Amino acid sequence: MAVIEKNKAIEAIISVMATDLKTYLEERNRKNVVIVGVHTGGVWVAERLHKLLKVKDPLGELNIAFYRDDFSQIGMHPSVAPSNLPFDVDGRDIVLVDDILYTGRTIRAALNELFDYGRPASVTLTVLVDRCEQELPFKADVVGTTMSLLKGEHVKLTGPKTLSLVTK
Amino acid sequence: MNICIEKGRVLDPKNGLDKVCNIYTSKGFIVSVGRKPTGFEAKKTIDASGQIVMPGLVDLSARLREPGGHGKANIASETKAAAAGGITTLCVPPDTDPIIDTPAVVELIHQRAERSGKAKVFCLGALTHELGSERLAEMYSLKEAGCLGVSNAMVPIKNTEVMRRAMEYAVTCDMTVFIQPEDPWLGGGSMHEGAYSTRMGLPPIPETAETVAIARDLLLIEATGVRAHFMRLSSARSVELIRDARKRGMSVTADVSIHQLHFTDRDVEDYNSLCHVKPPFRHHSDREKLLAGIMDSTITVICSDHQPHDSDKKTAPFSATEPGVSALDLILPMAFQLVDMKGADLNKLILSMTAAPAEILGLESGSLTVDAAADICIFDPEKVWKVTEKSLVSDGKNTPALGWEMKGKVTHTILNGKLVYKNNESK
Amino acid sequence: MTVHKNLQINKEGRLKHFLSTEGLSRELLTEILDNAENFAGVGERAVKKVPLLRGKTIANLFFEPSTRTRTTFELAAKRLSADVLNINIESSATKKGESLLDTLQTLEAMHCDMFVVRHANSGAAHFIASLVSSGVRIVNAGDGRHAHPTQAMLDAFTVRRHKGSFSGLKIAIVGDIMHSRVARSEIHAFNTLGVKELRVIAPKTLIPAYMSALGVKVFHNIDAGLKDVDAVIMLRLQNERMQGALLPSADEFFKMYGLTEKRLENAHPDVMVLHPGPINRGVEIDSDVADGARSVILEQVSYGIAIRMAVMSMCMGGSE
Repeated sequence: MAVIEKNKAIEAIISVMATDLKTYLEERNRKNVVIVGVHTGGVWVAERLHKLLKVKDPLGELNIAFYRDDFSQIGMHPSVAPSNLPFDVDGRDIVLVDDILYTGRTIRAALNELFDYGRPASVTLTVLVDRCEQELPFKADVVGTTMSLLKGEHVKLTGPKTLSLVTK
Repeated sequence: MNICIEKGRVLDPKNGLDKVCNIYTSKGFIVSVGRKPTGFEAKKTIDASGQIVMPGLVDLSARLREPGGHGKANIASETKAAAAGGITTLCVPPDTDPIIDTPAVVELIHQRAERSGKAKVFCLGALTHELGSERLAEMYSLKEAGCLGVSNAMVPIKNTEVMRRAMEYAVTCDMTVFIQPEDPWLGGGSMHEGAYSTRMGLPPIPETAETVAIARDLLLIEATGVRAHFMRLSSARSVELIRDARKRGMSVTADVSIHQLHFTDRDVEDYNSLCHVKPPFRHHSDREKLLAGIMDSTITVICSDHQPHDSDKKTAPFSATEPGVSALDLILPMAFQLVDMKGADLNKLILSMTAAPAEILGLESGSLTVDAAADICIFDPEKVWKVTEKSLVSDGKNTPALGWEMKGKVTHTILNGKLVYKNNESK
Repeated sequence: MTVHKNLQINKEGRLKHFLSTEGLSRELLTEILDNAENFAGVGERAVKKVPLLRGKTIANLFFEPSTRTRTTFELAAKRLSADVLNINIESSATKKGESLLDTLQTLEAMHCDMFVVRHANSGAAHFIASLVSSGVRIVNAGDGRHAHPTQAMLDAFTVRRHKGSFSGLKIAIVGDIMHSRVARSEIHAFNTLGVKELRVIAPKTLIPAYMSALGVKVFHNIDAGLKDVDAVIMLRLQNERMQGALLPSADEFFKMYGLTEKRLENAHPDVMVLHPGPINRGVEIDSDVADGARSVILEQVSYGIAIRMAVMSMCMGGSE
């Protein structure tokens, strides 16, 4: 296991992301913004973006356990926190935040779950790390950093107070 | 055919015999135990060294499922199993279909058994017409036809007056009444009432289902003077009731089935339908007291209570299955296990499966007395084998002993001087 | 002599069939409650569904009529996106002399992934679980007097939601313990989850033999039994109990055991009142109590769906 990015560097990346995100939303006139993080790492990033963008509505959290496409292989694992979207999803400009964009399967599950809560006006995908190895047609709108890893290598965000990116 | 059984340990409790010697049979009878009769020439010699030679077993209760069974078992298949189990005489309860309440049914059973030629088969006649517990059966005619006693089998007689009159009429006919004691109202459940029935939520059968019936019938027996035999005791308290009655000089006897001496309500755990029996397997302490009852001669008979079933009768939720265990193949090795496991007295056990049941049925058999019919069982007490559906000769494979490593196996069974069973692996 | 294996657990120690609350660890029961907590929110969404069991077929196999239980199982399965088949067998097959075994074989040929079974015989769910081919899961929706584990878990869920945890709690179950599969399942569940004291309260005619062997205190007097309890679970009293020699009348039962505000004064001030339903007002429970502030009877119904979703998805997710 190797730490590749430490707290300060990550916080710096996130503040650049916040600026990019703000510009991205303004350019498209997306004003009815709420932020939704995907459990677990995505929520940590989303918390920071939520603060930096000063969004009025509380932060939403998605736990995609019930939407995974590998359920029949891995089964149920008790997850600590359930999904919680403390606002009406209909007509909102959702900023969907995840830590790592890898195959795209998590994002597919998250979008499915999101649409079970209602019909958002738009979804802006924001990720801290893009591994550029998607298996599904998803492309992040705002990216913190890109990373290319060897086969079998994994990158993980640890937190929640001090964020670091580690590989193994 | 002249047979010489050599060098076996001859165990004949009725004659107080336990020694290694030879037995000689001729023309269907035992002609000598010990010394070779002058001029005897053996046509066949069986080497019984290391084995036990004992009287052929007398089984007080075995259901052969004929007439009336719709499954695989019938008189031919089950008497074959009896021979493989060392049983040479067995008694059929009257709950066949049609019921044994007319001489015709008795004759049919006798004929079929004779044709099979594997065991001597006797019948108990019905105590009431069609076992309906209302009108008396034709006990005298049944006796003439060869029935050795009368019984209402597993159907309790609710009406006390009918029971009293049936006993009085049995006295008149000089017949023994065989009673399976069960209070019809208390006996409606499917397993012993105890901690296990409570946990498993199975409808319970309290001990009082048996003891209340015994108490009632003991008073009626006393009043009518009938000769009575209680079948299939299951509880410790029942043993006490019988012990007291016998102490007071009443002519009552009792039996227990071999599986009651091995299993308890704990074995029903996981809803094992092979342990569904009536009366039910009871508490551990009941089992110990039943065995003690045999040792102090309160209970004089162990029977197989053989009830073969096709597998579909046992493949259902517990209460919906048929009660009963297939036991002809296993009664003898299971009795021997009691010697190893519980230190039971071997002579007493063999007596309870030979001369004692014969006496209750009014038969001479069950011993190796000279001039008696040559009904002999040879048993290898050391042979280890596994109980599987295949290794059981009976068409009923329904025994909770499936999968057991059994020690001891019958090697030869001789009926009227003829070899009716020989284990393939024996010498 | 017999090898007792736990049919409910797979090789990895995870839930495979849900037949009884007995024989499952505290961790596993807690996992059911935790999962149910997550599923509880699904019913409040615009789309009251998650795609977890999409493409799976669940058959509700009811050999005994029960609209309420069947409906909650059906709703739970549908919220998990499974296809649901309702089969009421009391009316059809068994009357024609078809055995349970034959019925099962027919249904298995339809490639169902799960059977939710209710049957009048104790042990029926165990029997079916021991018989079905390896890919099929069984959830017990009530077998005879033996078990009704999802009802027990939803009661445990309701208690935990109100009391936070189980340690230190005194819980009383009142009514027809003898015939109650709910009571048996609750006793195992609450004892495993670690309550301080479990009591059963009923006349001697409605308490089975050796009751205390299950780890409960037996009371025949309700006032003594309710003393300081944190939760009271009232059982439904079936009308047929008054036909035999178990109880003289519903009125007398209410006089002796009916739950009233007055009797509740004996209990802990924060006592909660549960009932698996449907309630018999004026037989086991007074209307004032049933509709009062301490009653959580309606909550129980909605939690029932979450518990069943949790159990179904846990059984379905595990491997052999």
